[in-house]
Amino acid sequence: MATTSKKGKTNSEAYLRMYRQMVRIRTFEDNANQLYLSAKMPGLTHMYSGEEAVAVGICEALTDSDRITSTHRGHGHCVAKGANFRAMFCELLGKEEGYCRGKGGSMHIADQSHGNLGANAIVGGSMGIATGSALRAKMMGHDDVTVCFFGDGATAQGLMYEVMNMAALWSLPVIYACENNGYSEYTKTEEIAAGSITARAEAFGIEAFKVDGQDVLAVNDLTQKLVARCRKGEGPFFMELDTYRYHGHHVGDINREYYRSKAEEKDWKENRDPISRFRAMLVSEGIAAEDEIEAINAEIARDAEDAVAYALEAHYPDGSEVDMHVYAD
Amino acid sequence: MREITLSQAVNEALAEEMRRDPTTFIIGEDVAEAGTPFKVLSGLVEEFGTARVIDTPIAEPGFMGIAVGAAMTGARPIVDLMFGDFIFLIMDQLCNQAAKTHYMSGGKLTVPLVLRTNLGATRRSAAQHSQSLQALVAHIPGLKVAMPSSAYEAKGLMKTAIRDNNPVVIFEDKLMYQDKAPVPEEEYLIPFGQANVKREGRDITLIGTSSMVQVAEKAAELLKADGIDAEVIDPRTIVPLDEATLLASVRKTSRAIVIDEGHQSYGVTAEIASRLNEKAFYHLDAPVLRMGAMDVPVPFSPALEDLTVPTPERVAANARKLCAGEMIDAA
Ligand SMILES: Cc1ncc(C[n+]2csc(CCOP(=O)(O)OP(=O)(O)O)c2C)c(N)n1
Ligand SMILES: [Mg+2]
Repeated sequence: MATTSKKGKTNSEAYLRMYRQMVRIRTFEDNANQLYLSAKMPGLTHMYSGEEAVAVGICEALTDSDRITSTHRGHGHCVAKGANFRAMFCELLGKEEGYCRGKGGSMHIADQSHGNLGANAIVGGSMGIATGSALRAKMMGHDDVTVCFFGDGATAQGLMYEVMNMAALWSLPVIYACENNGYSEYTKTEEIAAGSITARAEAFGIEAFKVDGQDVLAVNDLTQKLVARCRKGEGPFFMELDTYRYHGHHVGDINREYYRSKAEEKDWKENRDPISRFRAMLVSEGIAAEDEIEAINAEIARDAEDAVAYALEAHYPDGSEVDMHVYAD
Repeated sequence: MREITLSQAVNEALAEEMRRDPTTFIIGEDVAEAGTPFKVLSGLVEEFGTARVIDTPIAEPGFMGIAVGAAMTGARPIVDLMFGDFIFLIMDQLCNQAAKTHYMSGGKLTVPLVLRTNLGATRRSAAQHSQSLQALVAHIPGLKVAMPSSAYEAKGLMKTAIRDNNPVVIFEDKLMYQDKAPVPEEEYLIPFGQANVKREGRDITLIGTSSMVQVAEKAAELLKADGIDAEVIDPRTIVPLDEATLLASVRKTSRAIVIDEGHQSYGVTAEIASRLNEKAFYHLDAPVLRMGAMDVPVPFSPALEDLTVPTPERVAANARKLCAGEMIDAA
């Protein structure tokens, strides 16, 4: 397991940005969950809370021209890649000003301006897309890198093995980032994944790494190295990130003791929370004072509150948009 | 008679058939302890154990292929596909393997399996969790396709499907799992290829599949107020299709609308309408109308999604026009 690297004060700006982005994700999710609980959000949604260090550690090592593909649990990736709250909440509520004009919703949220090719409601469905994006980069001589986010459950999909084989054969600039949160819906990972996850990639000759997904600096360090190597043509790579989702599989999954104990949830939240861990480190290293941290938190809370209020008042798309965008012009 | 939900009806059918035939088993994602996300299978693993209620990884083509092989060699698998939209992932195993094996082997091999899955929009689940893909499988010779319209049909058709020696795909409407209907305590089966005349009428025939039967029935109520007497028919299985009952009705009423939640173009409605046109043409006073879902991916926004599916009001409006001899600007 990689250890936390401490880069000293020169990195304080980057550290604070990572902290801020993690809090933005947690705050976004808390608000989204409230919208669901108060019956203001159509449909269901999957919370990213608890996994913030994965998305932020990775996306902070990317530029806007680097691409990501995301999953059904995609709000965290979207925020980490730079999306704004207003357009995100508008999308969750099916409003015209949403990132997808209300057509996609939570499970299809995408933000091309920051290189987010979109969430996907088909588990493993984006693995081909990410690999194709990397093939395009190589063909066209661009140096951008694509990160493919997916869960432990998605490692059961055959598509993953087809595209990893090709990515390895053709040295594509893609990083497969497996967010292992211990569960695939209502089933423990060990019941649905035989053998080792990293060994799956290694079988294709892809270098694979296991990292503590609750440690934002460890994730970020590793990603920076892998991105740099991808840009030099040394890809693909595989990362398995140990993490945990705090909520149920989706917001409606409330009574879950039959598959996951409260004690286990409590342990992860109290002892491994990526945000409190990082906050404590920022304070102890003198990078930020408690009151500065509180000010950041408060500002983000206000931003989210404003965005929610805005989205609740925003217009739905006009009915005439229903058959718009079926075909491109 | 007691009333139970569609979900309970499916559960009962599976339990009864699994007790009756030890070669049956259920395979799919989160089917055991979780009883599926819709909780349809709750309790089955307690009775039949994890050897016959098998949780799989998220590997649809894999477990579908495993079911085909088990069926070819003497078992009767019941495959649980969590969302109808995932049919696209298993198309090869279902259509190239399961559907064709009996024919390609000159009748020597059989593939007695059931694929239970679902259909239906307006659940705010967006384009990859809302599709009604029955036309895709109905197109493939060798597959039978059942579309229960209530708890009663769900139970009787499921039992028939499990005993059938062919691959059968059953589409349940995921918005109907909690809908109750009278279901007898005693055992019954509903034969395939037998339509159900839900309501008799003289002026127009409304043919609906799955939840569109309810839409047709509500439309018939609206039409009654205008003095239009609509007949409502539920084909119950689209393969095989009970042409005789549909034709007899249309010959009587001389008008028909076919309603199905799949996309309208190249769909179930087109097939049925075309058969009626071919075989009852000289009895018709109006073109047979198709009403399917709009030809767009299902949008997330409630403001858009509700526009895409047939409603009782839109069916009634079209029926009034057909009865008045007006042409309809059909898609
Ligand atoms: C192809 C496919 N099969 C099944 C599902 C239903 N489903 C949605 S999320 C999920 C579990 C995914 O687990 P994992 O990949 O570990 O991601 P996590 O939810 O833990 O983030 C399942 C089975 C789906 N959306 N797509
Ligand atoms: Mg998982």
